[in-house]
Parts: sequence; C-alpha cells; structure tokens
Amino acid sequence: MTRKQKRLFSIGGVMMVLAVAAGLVLTALSDSIAFFMSPTDIAEKAPSPSQRVRLGGLVEEGSVERGASQTVRFRITDTVQSVPVTFTGLLPDLFREGQGVVAEGTLSPDHVFVADSVLAKHDENYMPKEVEDDLKARGLWQHTGEPTASAPATPAPHVGAGA
Amino acid sequence: MRHDLPLSENSSSVRRMSNVATSPSRFAALANPTRFLQLSGAIQPWLYGLALVVLAAGLFLALTAPDDYQQGSTVRIMFIHVPFAWIAMMTWTVMSVSALGTLVWRHPLADVSVKAAAPIGAVFTFLSLVTGSIWGRPMWGTWWVWDARLTSVFILFLMYLGLIALTRALEDPGRSARAAAVLVLVGFVNIPIIKFSVDWWNTLHQPASVMRVDGPAMPAAFLVPLLVCAAGFTLLFFAMHLTAMRTEVLRRRVMALSRLAARASGA
Repeated sequence: MTRKQKRLFSIGGVMMVLAVAAGLVLTALSDSIAFFMSPTDIAEKAPSPSQRVRLGGLVEEGSVERGASQTVRFRITDTVQSVPVTFTGLLPDLFREGQGVVAEGTLSPDHVFVADSVLAKHDENYMPKEVEDDLKARGLWQHTGEPTASAPATPAPHVGAGA
Repeated sequence: MRHDLPLSENSSSVRRMSNVATSPSRFAALANPTRFLQLSGAIQPWLYGLALVVLAAGLFLALTAPDDYQQGSTVRIMFIHVPFAWIAMMTWTVMSVSALGTLVWRHPLADVSVKAAAPIGAVFTFLSLVTGSIWGRPMWGTWWVWDARLTSVFILFLMYLGLIALTRALEDPGRSARAAAVLVLVGFVNIPIIKFSVDWWNTLHQPASVMRVDGPAMPAAFLVPLLVCAAGFTLLFFAMHLTAMRTEVLRRRVMALSRLAARASGA
C-alpha cells in the first residue's frame, strides 16, 4: 500500500466515523429538528396548554369558516386525524382549502388549536397558469390543489407573461 | 531502522520528494504554476463569454416563462434562487475534492483552489438565503423560519465564513492548507444533510422538485429556464474560480519573490 493510498483510506475512515456520528446526533434530535407536528402526533401525545407547538397538515376541504373581525376557523388534517384551529389575523396568499399549512400556537384544554401565526407550505409541484385555466375550462381540474400528473408539460406559446 | 532516526527521517523525506516528482498524476502537468497560468489564461475569456451568453439566454427564458398556477409571477425567483443554492453546495463539493488533493496527493494547486473558491461559495450561499427569504415572505408568509433546510444552509454559510477566516489567518500557505482541508472535509458532512433535510424531517421548505428519484415534478416551461440559468451560473462560477486561482498563484509568487529579495538584501 503506498503512502497516498494509506492517507486516502485514513481520511475515508475518519469521514465514515464523522458521518455515523452526525447521523446518530441527528437521529437523536429528530424530534426537535422536525419543524412541525402532524395531527396524528398531537392525537398520540397532546402537548400541554402552556407549550407552544407548530401543527402542520392540509386545510381540510369545506372546513374554513370566516367569522367576525378576521377570525378564521378551519381544521388541519393529515387524512388520518384532524385538529380544529382558530386563527385571528392575515392569512398568507397561498392559504386555501387543500393547501399545506403550518400553524403555530397552543392546544387549548378543549382540544382546539389556537394559532397566532399561520404559514403556507408550498408543495414541490409547478404548473403554468394557462394549463390550469385550460384544465378548468375542460372540466378536468381536480380542486385539491394537487396538479394532475396528466397535465400537458408544455404550455401554449405565450407572449408578455406576467409582470 | 529506528536507531538512526535523523538519517531515516532524512531518507524518507527524500523518498517522498522523489515520489512526488515521479508519480504519474493526471494533473501533474498542471502542478507547474507557469503551465497553469498559461492554460487558464487561454481558457478564461472563453469561459466568461460562454457564461454570459448562457446566462443571458437563461434570464430571458426566466423572464418570459409563464406564471405559476399558485405562485403567479413570484415563481421567477426560483430561476435564480435554485441555481444559487445548487452552486452553494457544488462549491463546497469542489473544495472537498481539492481538500483531498491537498491531503492525499499534496497537489500544490489544490489549496489554491480551496482558498479561491471559499468567498465565491459564500456569496452564492448568501444570495440563495436572501432570494429564498424574498420568496418566502409572500408565499409562506414569513421571511425566515428555523426549519431543517434553512438552518442547514445557514450553517453552510457560517462554515464558508469560518473557512475564509482560516485560509487568511495564517501567513504560511503550507500550514493553513492542511487546516483548511480538514475543515472542508469535516464540513462536507453538511452537504447530504442539506440535500436530504426536506426528506428526513418535516420542513416548511418544499421537497425536491428537480433532482428526485422519479424525475422532475416540473413542466418543461419552468424546467428549461431553470436548467439554462443553472448552467449559466455554473459556468460563471468556474470562470470566477479560475480568475481567483490565478490571482492566488500570482500572489504567492510575489510573496516568494519578495522573501527571496529580502533574504538576498539581508545576506
């Protein structure tokens, strides 16, 4: 084994140890690294009313009720469990039924989540607006906000798009 | 063998030197700084020219791309934000390969490459953080959250700053080279964490759209401008990296010459 190979292997060994160490640390901390809890997590171990948590999931279809003075009630679901949420304030642009959101606040003793901030979670899907309009015009639009896989990949030629 | 320590040490250093001189390395010809300066000087203008052409095309495509059905016109930030973030990670990877070059092959240009790449990587990381923040404000409703993706990229930025400080703290390039190479390799652990943070933990940041196992979740209308922009910024990175490496080679040459001159005048 040449000197270079020896150096290469010892560096490789050190890197492996480092990677395993980092992996163990991150696994141990994964509860606090996770940005939000799902409704199922909340159902399994409800946080105490004094503990601030973030709750993430989809806004349940048909659950949004707008009350007086900017108060909004809706349910956040992960399709298994759902949690009722109340929030007073301005909602982000992307907020709508079927949209992924992360609400921050506390769980009241009567199991209503009182949020003081709501963030919209964008998904990894992109679609030109014309395709959406086209799908809607042809009645193929699936309202959930998830674009269909069969959406045509190329939009019609387009001049002067957007701002 | 152990009894004549000074002699054996001496002979091993001689052997090491001859080892370096005779080893058939693919980059051996480039190890000569004069050759490197000649070659890079010839490549450099072409690289910049190509980068500017591709970037111009990419930015044109980005500005004429259709609006997204959810994000509207804000989707355009993605065409620069995502390349910045990719290059932030790519730069650290380039530096990691260079660090191996320093520690394993003792290539004289490897440390020059690390030192030259660090500030460029730091700027790209900073720009990806800023553009992401500008996108996050209207889309998420917040400038910044401490989720796994954002935090790990912020750590990458801090590591770039630490590396810049380290490579410029020590006068002797030989000593700082080893330390910098070790820091780069240790920091490389963060790169897969950044990439997979959105898969391993709940994050506010969306999961990967382009580099994923089942192919991009992005129609060509967005994917093409994104990839052209990414190619343009990547070319720009390599052009700037080459310039910075040339500057560093020349700087070290000036330092060596002035040391020689000082020694000559002192003797």
